[in-house]
Amino acid sequence: MPKTTSLNAIHRAAGARMVDFGGWDMPVNYGSQIDEHHAVRSDAGMFDVSHMRVVDLHGTPAASPRDFLRYALANNVDKLTTPGKALYSCLLAEDGGVLDDLIVYFLREDFFRLVVNAATADQDIAWLTALAGARAPALRLVPRGDLAMIAVQGPHAREKTWRAIPGSEAASAMLKPFNAAMLSTPGLGEVFVARTGYTGEDGFEIVLPAGHVEALWRSLAAQGVAPCGLGARDTLRLEAGMNLYGQDMDERVSPLESGLAWTVDLAAPRDFVGKAALLAHPPKRWLAGLVLAETGGVLRAHQAVHTDAGEGEITSGTFSPTLRKSIALARLPAAVAAGDTVHVQVRDRRLAARVVKPPFVRNGRILVQ
Amino acid sequence: MNVPSDLKYVDSHEWIRAEPDGTVTIGITDHAQAALGDLVYIELPRPGRKLAAGEACAVVESVKAASDVYAPLSGEVVAANDALSGTPEAVNQDAYAAWLFRLLPSEPGELASLLDAAAYSKLIAES
Repeated sequence: MPKTTSLNAIHRAAGARMVDFGGWDMPVNYGSQIDEHHAVRSDAGMFDVSHMRVVDLHGTPAASPRDFLRYALANNVDKLTTPGKALYSCLLAEDGGVLDDLIVYFLREDFFRLVVNAATADQDIAWLTALAGARAPALRLVPRGDLAMIAVQGPHAREKTWRAIPGSEAASAMLKPFNAAMLSTPGLGEVFVARTGYTGEDGFEIVLPAGHVEALWRSLAAQGVAPCGLGARDTLRLEAGMNLYGQDMDERVSPLESGLAWTVDLAAPRDFVGKAALLAHPPKRWLAGLVLAETGGVLRAHQAVHTDAGEGEITSGTFSPTLRKSIALARLPAAVAAGDTVHVQVRDRRLAARVVKPPFVRNGRILVQ
Repeated sequence: MNVPSDLKYVDSHEWIRAEPDGTVTIGITDHAQAALGDLVYIELPRPGRKLAAGEACAVVESVKAASDVYAPLSGEVVAANDALSGTPEAVNQDAYAAWLFRLLPSEPGELASLLDAAAYSKLIAES
């Protein structure tokens, strides 16, 4: 039996088509996923992302979460200098493969918060627990199964959230992108509001006690925020050039060949898990964007890409509702450059596609030719 | 789910309508379009192509996935609904109006093996 979030009954009552996603019974759409996609690009949409796992790290004078994370994560938590600041990072294995991608929030020197993917949560927690046992045994890792999470995304997402959560505007209006704040609300308890997301639009990711999430979902719906499923979430993140763990990268590939070199801090003197392997294996491939240049099908994961410099493979592909063309992320030989034309094997045909540098869309604007 | 009683069906989710001129019109069912989600690309067989029952002969692609369409009967393709290439979403809007292609059956005996609406309704209720 797949696991269910606190909003499962609401999704089913709304007529959502449900799928198993990483062991969770989740809505893929509530009707048209293209309509849901456009709602986020032009107005505001909301996603139940309660399947993602919040893991809090509590330190003691003997065990600083910052010292631990400086070693455990590929990105450098020393970039987090002000409370509430967030950082995107990979969690690497010793061989440099990607165990997961996550967001880490610095709340206090003795309190950091991680948000990790659903399907990898249990193995992440086991990995981090083992690593902490060896380096900082006094550190406490607390998986927060008692919390739920809604992402509210789109150009009108913030103002609609402020109307849905009375009293939230004062504490969250000044949040810059990739910053979060903890609010005490009269109706919803302790609410963690982060100006982050997975769509390429402005908005919030809101973490709150699971017992209050249904009330928040209904309040947002009353403000005209459209319920959106995982289908729209996937087309939005792909247009935004954001990786999906398990598809665009996993434990078999390096972050340096996954478009994530910007999140790996190799220059600083600090050591971290996977650093030696990354230094020993310079990247030979890169994660490019593709735009299908002709009709004849839709780009999909695992299709072969033929280039003058050798073979590549699509890692994620879809039809982009914003471009009205098929787009993809593809791992290609390093010699292939943006602007080149490559050919993708779609069934019995080789279709021409243009290589671009992701993202394809940000803040409602198309960024590729 | 909409399953019109005047049509025939196969378990691969195509519908079949017998026309007065002896040809049959073929599309995908409402159940199939709902399962696929928003369609964005359709590839149809060319008129003149000879098909065997059960042969993959068309492709419908949604945002989510590509799916083959199978010939429910043996025969020769006599028409394809080329208007769909620019408006694949018409299949989502009305799967029984947005037909895909027409066949002239070559094995009339196969007609008896098709499902009626009651049998197809039962099939999708159990799936």
